[in-house]
Amino acid sequence: MKTSRLDKYGKINRDKILSFSWDKKKYKGFEGDTLASALLANNIGIVGRSFKYHRPRGIFSSGVEESGALVTIGSKDKRDPNVRATTQELYDGLEARGQNAFPNVNFDLAGINNYLGGFFAAGFYYKTFMGIPPLEWGRGTAIWMFFEKFIRKAAGMGSASGLPDPDTYEHAHDFCDLIVVGSGPAGVAAAIEAAEKKLDVILVEQDSLIGGNQLAENDFDNSQIKNQLENLGIKIMTRTTAFGLYDNCVVGLLERVTDHISAPNVNIPRQRFWTIRAKHIIVGAGAIERHIAFNNNDIPGVMTVNASKHYLNRYGVLTGKRIVIATNNDSVYETAHQLSEAGANVTVLDSRTNFEIETNKSFEIRKGYVPYNINGSKKIDSLDISKSETINKSETINCDQVLLSGGWSPAVHLLSHRGVKPKWDYNNACFLPSDTKENITMVGSSRGLWNKNDCIASGIAGTTDALNRLGISKTNYFFPKPGGWKNPIQPLYEVKYKKSRSKSFVDYQHDVTTDDVRLAHREGFISVEHLKRYTTLGMANDQGKMGNIIGLSLMAELLNKEIPEVGTTVFRPPYTPVSIGALSGRNVGKHFRPLRVTPMHQWNIDHGAKMIEVGLYQRPWYYPKENETLIDSYIREASTVRKTVGICDVTSLGKIAIQGPDSTEFLNRIYSNGFSKLQVGKARYGIMLRDDGIVMDDGTSWRLAENEYFMTTSTGEAAKVMSWLEELLQTRWTDLNVNVTSVSEQWAGISVAGPKSREVLNNCVDDSLVVTNNNLPFMGVTSTFLKGNIPCRIARISFSGELAFEVYVKSDFANTMMDLLWANAKKYDGCLYGLEALGALRVEKGHVTAAELDGRVTIDDAGLSKMASTKKSYIGSAMRKRGVLKNNDREILVGFFPTNLKETFNAGTIVCEKNNIKGQGIGRITSVTYSPELGHWIGLGFVKGGLDKWKDTNLVGADPVRNKQMNLKVVSPHMIDPKGERMYA
Amino acid sequence: MIRINCPYCGERDHSEFNYGGDATIKYPSLNSSEREWTEAIFFRKNIKGFQLETWHHSHGCRMWLVVERSTVTHEIKSVKPCHPDFQKVVENNK
Repeated sequence: MKTSRLDKYGKINRDKILSFSWDKKKYKGFEGDTLASALLANNIGIVGRSFKYHRPRGIFSSGVEESGALVTIGSKDKRDPNVRATTQELYDGLEARGQNAFPNVNFDLAGINNYLGGFFAAGFYYKTFMGIPPLEWGRGTAIWMFFEKFIRKAAGMGSASGLPDPDTYEHAHDFCDLIVVGSGPAGVAAAIEAAEKKLDVILVEQDSLIGGNQLAENDFDNSQIKNQLENLGIKIMTRTTAFGLYDNCVVGLLERVTDHISAPNVNIPRQRFWTIRAKHIIVGAGAIERHIAFNNNDIPGVMTVNASKHYLNRYGVLTGKRIVIATNNDSVYETAHQLSEAGANVTVLDSRTNFEIETNKSFEIRKGYVPYNINGSKKIDSLDISKSETINKSETINCDQVLLSGGWSPAVHLLSHRGVKPKWDYNNACFLPSDTKENITMVGSSRGLWNKNDCIASGIAGTTDALNRLGISKTNYFFPKPGGWKNPIQPLYEVKYKKSRSKSFVDYQHDVTTDDVRLAHREGFISVEHLKRYTTLGMANDQGKMGNIIGLSLMAELLNKEIPEVGTTVFRPPYTPVSIGALSGRNVGKHFRPLRVTPMHQWNIDHGAKMIEVGLYQRPWYYPKENETLIDSYIREASTVRKTVGICDVTSLGKIAIQGPDSTEFLNRIYSNGFSKLQVGKARYGIMLRDDGIVMDDGTSWRLAENEYFMTTSTGEAAKVMSWLEELLQTRWTDLNVNVTSVSEQWAGISVAGPKSREVLNNCVDDSLVVTNNNLPFMGVTSTFLKGNIPCRIARISFSGELAFEVYVKSDFANTMMDLLWANAKKYDGCLYGLEALGALRVEKGHVTAAELDGRVTIDDAGLSKMASTKKSYIGSAMRKRGVLKNNDREILVGFFPTNLKETFNAGTIVCEKNNIKGQGIGRITSVTYSPELGHWIGLGFVKGGLDKWKDTNLVGADPVRNKQMNLKVVSPHMIDPKGERMYA
Repeated sequence: MIRINCPYCGERDHSEFNYGGDATIKYPSLNSSEREWTEAIFFRKNIKGFQLETWHHSHGCRMWLVVERSTVTHEIKSVKPCHPDFQKVVENNK
């Protein structure tokens, strides 16, 4: 193939010369070029190696359907593999490389695969590497695992950089009345009609220029259209692909913001992922020209006819000197004429024998001929042709290019995303879009219209359809009939090669040949979905835009059926590849998910806290002193709490204000324990069950006034509890006069715990009488003031088992509260303690948290039977002893000690009987800690039958993941101060 | 993406909502038998077509809604508040 740039052709800007590199060599192109057109202008024919056989491949198309020119752009962390050279705009300094080849695409050592083709037929990998029966029955996976990495290396495409993506991406949203996909004649007509009817319109075009396939016309100028669209207030989005349609007229767009710029502003995102919520969608996505399967139809120099027209008229590149066009339809003749006018020697092979076409006789037409075989390997030397009636080589034509047009496939992909199956049209040999009830209208050649005037008419009809469906008008309209060529198309998918082992490609990108389709049929993979998966037809990143229908037609022929009976596979989003970076947008790194901090977050960090994530919350984990490790630190903190006093940020607990005359009744129904007699000024620990009797959450509720409660929930379940309370009040108990409000963000909370906690608090409140044992007994609640006139709520609640208080102030006072309490705690040699010490303290006491209440545990399993009232009915009371929940071998909460007190264990350890270490054992350890009080490791967990059954038996803790095993002793979960004397102090 | 027309907030993406469940369930009184509760909690119809379901506008007004939605096409026929008093307010404001 000899390609050359022509002076008088093209819409490129010849004043702006751009330099770029291909496989490390420098070349020049012009502004307005794509990488593909620039490569062709530099007479570079081989741009890639094929997937399996490593055959040299050239440029097949001029658009998104490209299945040959997949290249790697950029280097290092900017490396972007599998970029279609046909859609990559050229910029100054662009670095591009061929892929899937070593050392390069011109000379590829793995090209040997081409001669081993027989081994690489469809299903080759499965058959060979999944194990050879009967010797390797059952070992298949292991063998596959071993070979997989070599296979993946040999068969493939470009590889990712493996480095963090240096680019930024963003998500954007917009709304409109009408979104029009495609700026060809149909889309533009639809957009103009809609804007004139006062609709808010967005027009989306994947190309850098609007115009659609008109850009391939030699006299087309889009500037007037652009002005008209802009004057009508239409939002034009170029370089933007509508990659998917979703429910309720939601369209996903990918805008390539800087992919065409050599040194983009780093403050601008590389790509933008748009979610457009429209009221109606008009799709004028065009149609894609198909190739024809015949032997060696992939030799560089093979291209679609329309692509050649694009290269000539848009980029000023003549793609061959001696060109053979093979067709079965009328669409090629204008191109044939223009190519010959531009200086090429053109011969048209038309498979049809009986048709009339007007030409100026500048090129030869061979009626009733089809391409049979290409001679050549890295370039086309000649083409063997055959009569279409009886297939056999009849003569050879010397040529350097073969252009193919096997018909056109309307781009029905977007409609297919909505589950609308296309219908086969015999007259036009293509799938046409079916009607849908959704507000989506297909226009232009994507509904099978081949004439520009029909396309324009369909665009206006499409908008009328939209206006009618939106209830804005009631106007009659009709769409032009599909088709529009003077002579009917003659279906032509494959020209069968007489010799065996033909390389007639159906799917260029995945190296699927017609023989592979036949093999799949022979082996029983006849459903299109099986055919696809067995041969990988249409599974490359072009999704079979060119080749799918050829595969279907072959299968139909083999099954002696018609194409519509064989069906078509469903196209799924995305229409063209979407980078992972665009999908994640800004939700990366620290912004991967929302971050919640407490109002004293910075105060905690300033005072040495190491933080840990709990759900979305950042909570103090431990406060190390100098060289302390986590373990050193939490042991010191927990010991200090037991000895003097400690302060812990507990703001992340859920907080709910419950107000209204029926509040007490409400709490009495949702908690398993009684709340009807709770006095004002008292708090109560409560457990909530789910409808099915399993524990949902635990927490405390403080009765602040006759009709007002302050509820705390666990950190993890706060949102769920809030939704649950709202559900009950709004759906089930609509007669209850109760209002619930989340006040989690409004209050900052701390726990002050330890024997000196009352003295510390005493120094911090305005009125020291309020925290005396008489005025604030265990579970007492008071609303009072901290020094400095700071309103606060104090409850005498203990999670640590020590004398302890929870103090809440409005979030704005959080730091003041911390300063005040910390200054006083220091006087008693107190400490700040984090979640790890909190955990140690509660495990010692046998208090349960989310680790124990994991959604499988009943109130009895958790050893809290006393919390289940027998005097009332409540949520879950009817179900908590249903069926298996009343079995007496259920796993019950217990404490664990290692038999050898010097040993340690981990949460997740499986508890087993001594001579029966297997499976799920008889229990599990859920939480562990070193107990400063006891001086050894302790754990909480569950065991079948509970303490009574196992208290004198030695059990085994199996921890196969960490390769550990230890002997265990079952003890009461209340490992220290079981009577609670310290709390009541 | 399903879009739900919240009677208070207007049309919003479904990502603002949480799915509840079958809106036709009549939950028995708390002192009802295990049998009645079992039926209310575990027995569900698998409807092909329109069904009534609850959704919670958790990232909006926090109203619980009854949504009439097709399980086949996601088409939504109606959206109204679960709470009868809220329903009345919505009706009066129409």
